[in-house]
Formats: sequence, structure tokens, C-alpha cells
Amino acid sequence: MTGTLAGLPMRAASALPTLAAVGVQRTAWLMLVFPLAGALVLLLGGRRTNRFGHVVGVAMPFASFVVAVITFVAMLGYPASQRARDVHMFTWISVGGFHVDAGLLVDQLSISFALLITGVGSLIHLFAVGYMSHDPDRRRFFGYMNLFVAAMLLLVLADNYLLMYAGWEGVGLASYLLIGFWQYKPSAAAAAKKAFVVNRVGVAGFSVAIMLMFATFGTVTYTGVFGQASSAGRGTATALGLLLLLGACAKSAQVPLQSWLLDAMEGPTPVSALIHAATMVTAGVYLIVRSAPIFNLSMTARLAVTVVGAVTLLFGAIIGCAKDDIKKALAGSTMSQIGYMVLAAGLGPAGYVFAIAHLIVHGFFKAGLFLGAGAVKHEMNDEVDMRRFGGLRVVMPITAATFTIGWLAIIGVWPFSGFFTKDPIIAAAFAKGGISGALLGSAAMIGAGITAFYMTRVLLMTFTGHRRWEPDAHPHEVPPVMTSPMIVLAIGAAGAGAFLMLGNRFVDFLSPVTGAPPASRGLITPVSGATLALVVLGAVIAWAMYGRREIPVTAPAARFPVVAARKDLYGDAVNEAVFMRPGQWLTRLSVYFDNRGVDGLVNTLAATVGGSSGRLRRVQTGFVRSYALSMLVGAVLLVGVLLLVRI
Amino acid sequence: MSSLPWLTIVGVTPLVGSLVIALLPSSSAPGSDAARRRRDLLVKRTALGFSLLTLVLTIAMVVSFSPGGPDYQFTQVYSWIPRFGIHYAVGVDGIALVLIAMTAVLTPAVVLASWHDVDPPPEVAATADTPGSGPKAVPARARRRSVKAYFAWMLLLETMVIGIFAATDLFLFYVLFEAMLIPMYFMIGSYGVGRRQYAAVKFLLYSLLGGLLMLAAVIALYVYSARAGHPGTFLFSQLTHVALSPGAQKWLFLGFFIAFAIKAPVWPFHTWLPDAAAAAQPGAAVLLVGVLDKVGTFGMLRYCLELFPSASRYFTPLILVLAVVGVLYAAIVAIGQTDMKRLIAYTSVSHFGLITMGIFALTSQGQVGATLYMVNHGFATGALFLIAGFLIARRRSSLIADYGGVQKVAPVLAGLFLIAGLAGLSLPGLSTFVSEFLVLVGTFTRYRAAAIAATVAVVLSAIYILWMYQRTMHGPVRKPVEGMPDLKARELWAVGPLIALIIALGVYPQPLLNIINPAVQHTLTQVHAIDPVPPHPGQKSVTSVADPGRIVGGKLTKKELAP
Amino acid sequence: MIPGDYVALAVILFVIGAVGVLIRRNAMVIFMCIELMLNAVNLAFVAFARLHGTIDGQVIAFFVMVVAAAEVVVGLAILMAIFRSRRSASVDDANLLKY
Repeated sequence: MTGTLAGLPMRAASALPTLAAVGVQRTAWLMLVFPLAGALVLLLGGRRTNRFGHVVGVAMPFASFVVAVITFVAMLGYPASQRARDVHMFTWISVGGFHVDAGLLVDQLSISFALLITGVGSLIHLFAVGYMSHDPDRRRFFGYMNLFVAAMLLLVLADNYLLMYAGWEGVGLASYLLIGFWQYKPSAAAAAKKAFVVNRVGVAGFSVAIMLMFATFGTVTYTGVFGQASSAGRGTATALGLLLLLGACAKSAQVPLQSWLLDAMEGPTPVSALIHAATMVTAGVYLIVRSAPIFNLSMTARLAVTVVGAVTLLFGAIIGCAKDDIKKALAGSTMSQIGYMVLAAGLGPAGYVFAIAHLIVHGFFKAGLFLGAGAVKHEMNDEVDMRRFGGLRVVMPITAATFTIGWLAIIGVWPFSGFFTKDPIIAAAFAKGGISGALLGSAAMIGAGITAFYMTRVLLMTFTGHRRWEPDAHPHEVPPVMTSPMIVLAIGAAGAGAFLMLGNRFVDFLSPVTGAPPASRGLITPVSGATLALVVLGAVIAWAMYGRREIPVTAPAARFPVVAARKDLYGDAVNEAVFMRPGQWLTRLSVYFDNRGVDGLVNTLAATVGGSSGRLRRVQTGFVRSYALSMLVGAVLLVGVLLLVRI
Repeated sequence: MSSLPWLTIVGVTPLVGSLVIALLPSSSAPGSDAARRRRDLLVKRTALGFSLLTLVLTIAMVVSFSPGGPDYQFTQVYSWIPRFGIHYAVGVDGIALVLIAMTAVLTPAVVLASWHDVDPPPEVAATADTPGSGPKAVPARARRRSVKAYFAWMLLLETMVIGIFAATDLFLFYVLFEAMLIPMYFMIGSYGVGRRQYAAVKFLLYSLLGGLLMLAAVIALYVYSARAGHPGTFLFSQLTHVALSPGAQKWLFLGFFIAFAIKAPVWPFHTWLPDAAAAAQPGAAVLLVGVLDKVGTFGMLRYCLELFPSASRYFTPLILVLAVVGVLYAAIVAIGQTDMKRLIAYTSVSHFGLITMGIFALTSQGQVGATLYMVNHGFATGALFLIAGFLIARRRSSLIADYGGVQKVAPVLAGLFLIAGLAGLSLPGLSTFVSEFLVLVGTFTRYRAAAIAATVAVVLSAIYILWMYQRTMHGPVRKPVEGMPDLKARELWAVGPLIALIIALGVYPQPLLNIINPAVQHTLTQVHAIDPVPPHPGQKSVTSVADPGRIVGGKLTKKELAP
Repeated sequence: MIPGDYVALAVILFVIGAVGVLIRRNAMVIFMCIELMLNAVNLAFVAFARLHGTIDGQVIAFFVMVVAAAEVVVGLAILMAIFRSRRSASVDDANLLKY
């Protein structure tokens, strides 16, 4: 829709004046310091802190949450146009014209994220106290988790791209440490490395984008870049947009850089919850929405974003349908849901707000679902195969209830959260107009149907039906320290969507940063009706397949589509064929070339010199008379030459 | 500014230490085992004491250096051989100062880390002869080598390197440049492991070849300086004013550049480095890769650019191509290495490519980044080498395949190894990131293709570091690794400060940048290079204006626009 | 006085000496041949000095004699040592100093 290009984006691109923070907001940096201090204390303190490590670990993100709330309340006291505040900490790098401050930008967008990260993050930390209670390395675990929160906060609060990049890589590091937390398992170690390396591909794109920003604008601050973005021209904007998209793809596990996310399930479940709900994968969406003034300028970049989002939302949903591992099924669903957000972000000002709104409610219900899965796994002796679950709603009623609320929220049943945030995305996709709009909208709508199918499948296989447990499994309801976060998250999953979206509350709050979407067209539209119908259809099919029938304990043989989905739609196979094998060949070839080629040349040279001198020394026969002869010949030659030269 | 001859004091202190050690009783003197060990301990303590004293003096010198002052400070000029215009002339700008500081920081760490490299304690020496030991096990006869000489060489090397960075007379520079090979030759050849003689001779011949070319260029430069009418000189400050024809500039530039490119080393002159680093003891490898090689990149920045500005610009495209090829090629080769020390050496070749790229990008970001990179690379690779050395000392093997699951048995060692490794892959928050990004961004503003190509190394570096980490530290605990002790206090004291510096300079690099900035600006003025101006300058952030650091930056911008 | 004759004699003596050095094996004979060459050169020096009416050549002839005397001392001593240990004065037997 080109209409949105003309008017609204300019409002966002004009980059509202950023004021220096005053009063209580000046201490916003405490948000970062608390979890960072927690990480330092826990990681440097060593075994001494084992006893109280988890208390520190939970207290720190919670303290951050309190700071975030105070900052937020202070922000609400300002008029909408003055809510963007800058907290300057110190000069980080200053060389020639390249000047980067360590500064925080507290505005509507970043505070939304900060609240989500610290709020949901704290709950996940609390859950982890119970979940990790038997792990000897629980202290280290909390150290890493705090580091994760700190890095993510730095990412969203930074007031320039380079500092955001620092947070971005910090998140990558923390995810590396946490995915590989049980590093003695080779699969966990490999998954951790994979996550980091794939993310580095995105980082390469991100860093080139920052270089391009500096080369074009001479600054990497948001205000500086956005203020001049329109003058740099469409080509630069497209290049920046595509480079940033590459970064976002890696961090948010979007096709084609999605492969790490499913492997990342090797980490402890709270990590998965943190990665999927509050930190890490949401960073890509944040990057795109934060860079709205750049994306607004380039149709091409936004089209690429929407295509990536649409493809991923189907990709993830299809994978989710075939997974028997409960965590991997949820991971597929995260890919899919982030795909929705990316799709929405690609729609420009018409979708930014919905992307963030969906991101926030997704934070609630996905964290709840993952914690539920973690609770189940905890009680089932670390079993994750849903074919060995079944009937758990009787023994774990609270978990089952919270999980059900999460399920209703994610499939988007009125009045649960997903309904209020997913439907506007689908509607906005259709409203884009043209063939692309129709295609994107249909993809999103079909995705909603598939979501209903696989989430219903997960719910039914886990909590209903016959008990297909391992003989030694004795599940009980988990302790309150684990149920209470789930309950809070369930409340959020149930009500957050309605709270944010009804009465345009969130739209009005966020639109100064992102631009406002066109006015909503009422609650029930043809699009939402059709979506709801598809959702019901998906759920019914799932019930017909998994609720009514007995589920075999071993996965039945399947035909092509299911096999493909079980293998992550051959994402790893493609990576292996396209990158890994040629890469290995290239490496081997280079090593060979270095040893035989470059070094070989050097050694050949040395051998040639050595060899010829070896031959030459044969002249030294040891016979005095031959030396005498050579002296004579030499003398005669010399005299001869002298005479010749004279003449 | 203090009137104390700081540079001479700092430079001579390790030399005195070296002499004192040489005069101490030798461990091969008659006496019981215990007496010998006592004598060795005295040697080591003396070495540590003098290296720490040098560090303290260096810190005092850095503190009394005024970043806004004259380009060269603590200068001293005495005529040495007047007949040829040769001087004992020293003085430092910001670039040389930080490199001297790096040398002074690394040496005590290396001394401390090399405590038992020459005379492994009995229990370790015994395990070295067990059949389980790897192919690169230190031969038992290494025990009989002189502890005294090893540490004396080390301190002598420190003196020479400080002298090289401090020299402002080309002849003095050249003499030390060549003399520096002697201690390193013996440290590799007599105290190394594996193919140490081959490596030592290779190192020596390579360096001598470069040195020879440079000698020819140095003499030619002297002759040219004499031609101008006044007597010939080797003083750097006067040589920069010698008028050279473009042709002569190019040839002389090549003479210098090839010497520095071999020393640095720049692809394709790099193959001596992995051999030498793998054959050297970890401590010697740190001095080799962390300190000695910096002389090459320092030389490019100081001598190649300032003496031959137009030739530098002429050769820049060629050098950038070599640098980028080196960055990517060495990274790929590093991925394929099976030996830890060789792997780290190849990562260094890759990083030297980046440093070279930053220097020849001829932008302030690139050169400041490159200078900072030299320092940070010294710390990061130093820490990586030392920790790898601790690992090797425990298992007597440098093959990656001989390890696995170390994190479980030695978490502190593994954790520090990870931080050092992450510094190797330039993670933000660690010092190397600042320098690497400055190099890339500085190159990007002028040579986009080179910077983008070099950015691919961001991915490759993650692969080589993390893959090595995964193979050594992660996974199930391998049999030979079981019961491996964690870091001892001595080892912790050796690498702990380096790691702390890596983190501190990553979070707050500005003090160092403030020292380097004016020096680089001076170099750029000399080369007549001006930073490209962004086509669409955006306004700076509101709050940054009032910041003191900003004013320094602002001044520079004005200065660079002036010529 | 015909200087050419002296020079010719010197050349003949030198050639005899040189050929002797090259073809004889006995170190003693070689030694004497070397002396012959030196004396040939001395003869040439003196002849030329006389021819040019300067004293330089004569001075150098003295130098050569002194050096030759010193050489004889050292050389004969070495020769004696070799003969004592090897029972041979053939230079072809003393070829240990080779590649």
C-alpha cells in the first residue's frame, strides 16, 4: 500500500527529538547493571556462591524489572512527543569522525521490550530455581541467565547501532553458553556452536550495515541515521534494509538461517523459554521495527522482510506439525510466530505496532507453554517424546490448565491474547493489496490454521488420552516455585492481548516511534471470521487424529511430507550440502595448499639453494694441487681480463 | 612533561635484569638437586622482579605522557657515530607508547607462565616419558637446558623490542630489528619442542632476508639524505623531509615493506610463523606473535607511510589485496588445523591481515583501529597462547584431538580459555572488538569491497575458535584428561591480568584511544590523507556534545580538514 | 744490461716453480718450487726497480724474503708434524680437509 509510504512513515522518519533523561529515568542504566552484576558475582564468585546463587540470580532480573517499571511510570508522565529520553553513560569509542557513546535510549519501543524482558525473564528465572534444583551447576546457570538478560537489555536500550550490536553479540554469547550448558553432551556442544556460528552470519550483515551507516551518515546513532535516512536515497536504504534483515534472520531464526533454533532445544528448558519468549529471537523483530525509518524508505527491503516472514511462518508451522519432541514442536511454533511478527514488521507502519504487540503477548504465552513443557519434562525424567506422555492433566492439573490457556492464546481464540494480535497482522497483510498482499495474507491465514492443528496436537498428546509413560515415570504436580510463574504467565496470555489492543491503547502508546497503522475496522471482520474458521478446522482435524484415536508409542512410518517435516524440511541437509561440505573441502584444500603450495615453494627454494651448494662443495677435493691449479687458472684469468680491459 | 629520560630507563631495566641473571650462579654448577632448584628459583624471581619493575616504570611513563603534547615525547638525541650521522635517538608518540606498554605488560605474564617450561617439575617430567604422551611431547633432556639463559634471553628481548619502538634513528632501529632475532632464535632453537631447529632456522632466514632488503633501503636512504647537500643522517625526523623521486620511493618502500611484511607476517610470507609458534614454548610463542611481530606492523605504520607517502598510496591497492587474501585465507587454514599452537598462529596471520588493512586504508579509524589491534591482539593472543600452554603442560600434547571435556575437570582454565578465544573472535565487550570494528569501518569508508570481504572473517573466526573450544573443552571427559588439575595460583596470576585488561579495554577503550589519536593524525597528515566525509552527515546525539571525550574527537576533525 | 732477459729468466723460473707445484706430490719439493716462484718474483721486482730507477721494488723484494723465511719456518714445522704422524710427505695423502 503506497499510501502509507507518503504520510505516516515520515512521521516516524522525522525522528522525534530525543531529550536527555531527567529525574528517576537517569538511573535507567541500573536496569543493565543489576543482571550484569549478578552474572559477575555468580561467575567470578565460584563455589562460594553456590549456596545463595539462585537467590541472587532471581533477585537481579527482578530488580531490573522494578527499575523498568519505575522508568515506565515516569515516562507515562510525559506527553507522547517527549517520551524518548536519552541516558548518556560514557564515551565508548571516539576516533576522528567516528564517535560512539555508551548511551541508553528510553522510549516507548525500548521500554516495552525492557518490561517484557525483565518481567517474563524474572518469572522464568523463578521457575528455573525449581527446575534446576538438582543440577550441581545451578549457580553457573543463573550466572549465564543473568548475562543473557543483561545483554538483551543492552540490545534494546542502546541508543545507537554499535551498542545495540554489542548487546546483539552478547545475546549470542549467552545463548551459546546456555544452549551448551550441558556441554558434556556432544549434541549440546554442537548445537551451541551452531547457534553462534549461524548468528555470526547475521552479525556479518549487521556489521556491514553499521559500516555503511557510518560511511553514509557519519554517525551510527538512531537519531543521526534516521534524521538523514531519506536524503541518502532509496538504494542506500535498500542496502541497509537487506543487511539488517540478514542480521534479523539469523537472530530470529528466519528462513534461510533458521536451522539453529531447533537444535537449540539441547539447552535446559528455562533457556528455551528465555530464548523464545523474552530474549534472543525477538531481537530480529526489534531490529526491524527500530529501523523503521530505513525500512519505510525501501519497498524492496520491506518486500524481502514480508517474504521471509511469510515463508518462515509456514515453514515453522509445518515443522511443528511433525515433531514428537514437545520442545521441538514448540520451537517450530516459535519460528512460525516470529514469522508473523517479521511479516507484520515488513508491512511498514501498518504492521509495526502489531508486530510488537504480538511479540509481547507471544512472550507471555510462549514462556508459559515452554515452562509447561519444562514442568512436564521435569516430572517425566527428562522425557520429551510426546508419544510417551498422555493423560497428564490428571496428575498435573495446574500445568495442564496454564498450558491450555497458552494453547488458546497461541491459536488465537477470542478473547485470548493471540486473537487480538494475530488477526490484525493477517488483516494488515491482506490490506497491503495487490497479489503480494493476497499471497501474504493467505499464507498468514493458512499458518493460523496449521498453528491450531499442531498446538492442539501437542496439547492432546501431552495432557489427554491414555498414559503411555515409561514404567519408571511418576509425575506429580511441580512445586509452587514452578507453578506460580506459569500461573502469572497464563494470566498474561489470557488478558494481555485484550488489554493492549482494545481501545487502541498500545497503538497510541507506540505510534510516536513506529508510526500509526490505519484505523482498525472493528473486532469481527471477514478476515478474522475466516481465520477463526480455519483455526477451528485445524483444531478439529488434530482432535480427529490425536484425540479420538490411540497414539502409537513409536512414530509410524510416514510418507514424504511428514518425513520432510520431521527432518526440519531438510534445512540441515541444505546447509550441509551447500555450506558445510564445500567448506570442508575448501579448508582441506587450503591447508594442503598452504603446506605444499606456499610453504612448499619456500622449502623448494631452500632445498634448491641447499642442493646446489651441496653440488658446489664437491669442488673442495682436499687435494692441495688441485687447489693450486685453480689458483693458477684464476690468477691467469684475472691477469688476462686486466690486460683485455686495458686494451 | 617530566625531564627524566624515561625511555632509556624503561629500556635499560630489563637489560640490567638480563645481565644480573647472567651473573647469577648457573643451575649446572655442582650441587644437589635441591640446590639446583633453589638457584633456578632465584633466577626466575630475579627475572620476574625486573620485568615487574619495568612494568611499573612503564606505567609511570605512560602516566606522565601528555596525549595533547608534542608528537614525540621523552625524546633524547645523542650522537653515536657522527661520521655517518648515526644517533642514539629515542622518543615515543602515542602509537609507540602503547606498544611499549603492551610489551611491558606481556613480559611479566610470560615470565610467570614460563616458570616451569624449561625445567618441568619432576612429576610432570616423569609423565612426559609415559607411552601415553603425545607425539609433540617435550623430550626429557629439555630439563638439562639452562634456566638462566632462557630468562636472560627473554629480558634481553624485552629491551630490544622496547628499543625498537622507541628508536627515532633509523640505524638504531635497524640494528635492534636484526639483533632481536638472536634471543628469539635461541628461545625457539634451544628451548622449543618438536621440529624446533627447523623452525628456528626458518624464522631466522626469513627475517634475515627481509632485514637484508631493508638494510639496502636504509643505506640508500642515507645516501639520498646526504645528496641534498648537508651531511647524511639517520635521524627519522630529518629523513621524512628527504626529497625522493617517485621511482626511488617505490623501490625503497618495497625494501622496507617486504621486511615488515615478513615480520608481521603478511600473506604470502607467513609460513614461518605457524612453524615457529608451534615449535616455541608457549611463553616464547607469546613474545614471538604478540610482541615481535608487532614490530612489522609498527614499521609499516611508522616508517613505510611516513618515509614514503606517495609510494604508500601507490602500493595501497596491492597491499589491501594481500591483506584481505591473508585475512580470509589464514582463517580458512586455521579451521583445518589439528594443532592448537598452529591454529592460534594462523588466527594471528588472519588478524595481522586486518591490521595491515587498517594501516593502509589511510583513515583515522583504520589506523587507530590497527594500532589498538596490535595492543589488543598482544593481550588476546597472548592469553590464548598461555592458556593453551597450561593445557599442553598438563597433557604434554598440543594436538586438539588429544583433549576433550576439559571444562568438566578444569572449569576455570576452560572459562579463561573461552574468554581469550572470544577475544580472538572479536566479541563486543572485549577489547579486540573495538579495534577490529574500527579497522573495518575505517576501511569501509574508503575501500568498501575490501572491508566487506574481510567481514566474512567474522563468521570464519567464530568457526575456528568455537570448533577448537568444542573439541578440547566440551563433550564427555576423555580418559587422559581425567584428573587434570585446574589452574594454579601462579598460572592464574599470569593470565588473569591479561583477561581483565581485555575486558576493561573492551568496555572503556577511550583512554587508549586518546593516546593513539594524535599520533595517527600526525601520520595521516604526513601521508596527506584525509578521512572521507560522509555524504549525508546526520546530527550527532544530543547528549554527547557536553562530553570531554567528544572535544578531542572534534578537535581532530577540525585538524584533519585543515590541510 | 737488458732488462728483458731478467724478466724472461724470472718468467721461466716462475713457470718451472708453478709446474712443479702442480705436478709434484712430495711436499718438500712443492715447498722448494714455491720458493722458486717467490724468487722469480723477487728477481722481477729487482729488475724492474733497476729499470725504473726507483727503490720500491727492492724494498718489496726484502719484504718477500722475510715473509718467505717466516713461511718456511711455519710450513716446515707443519710438514714435520704431518710426516711424523703419517710417515709420508705426499700432499695427496693429506686430503682430510674436503667437503
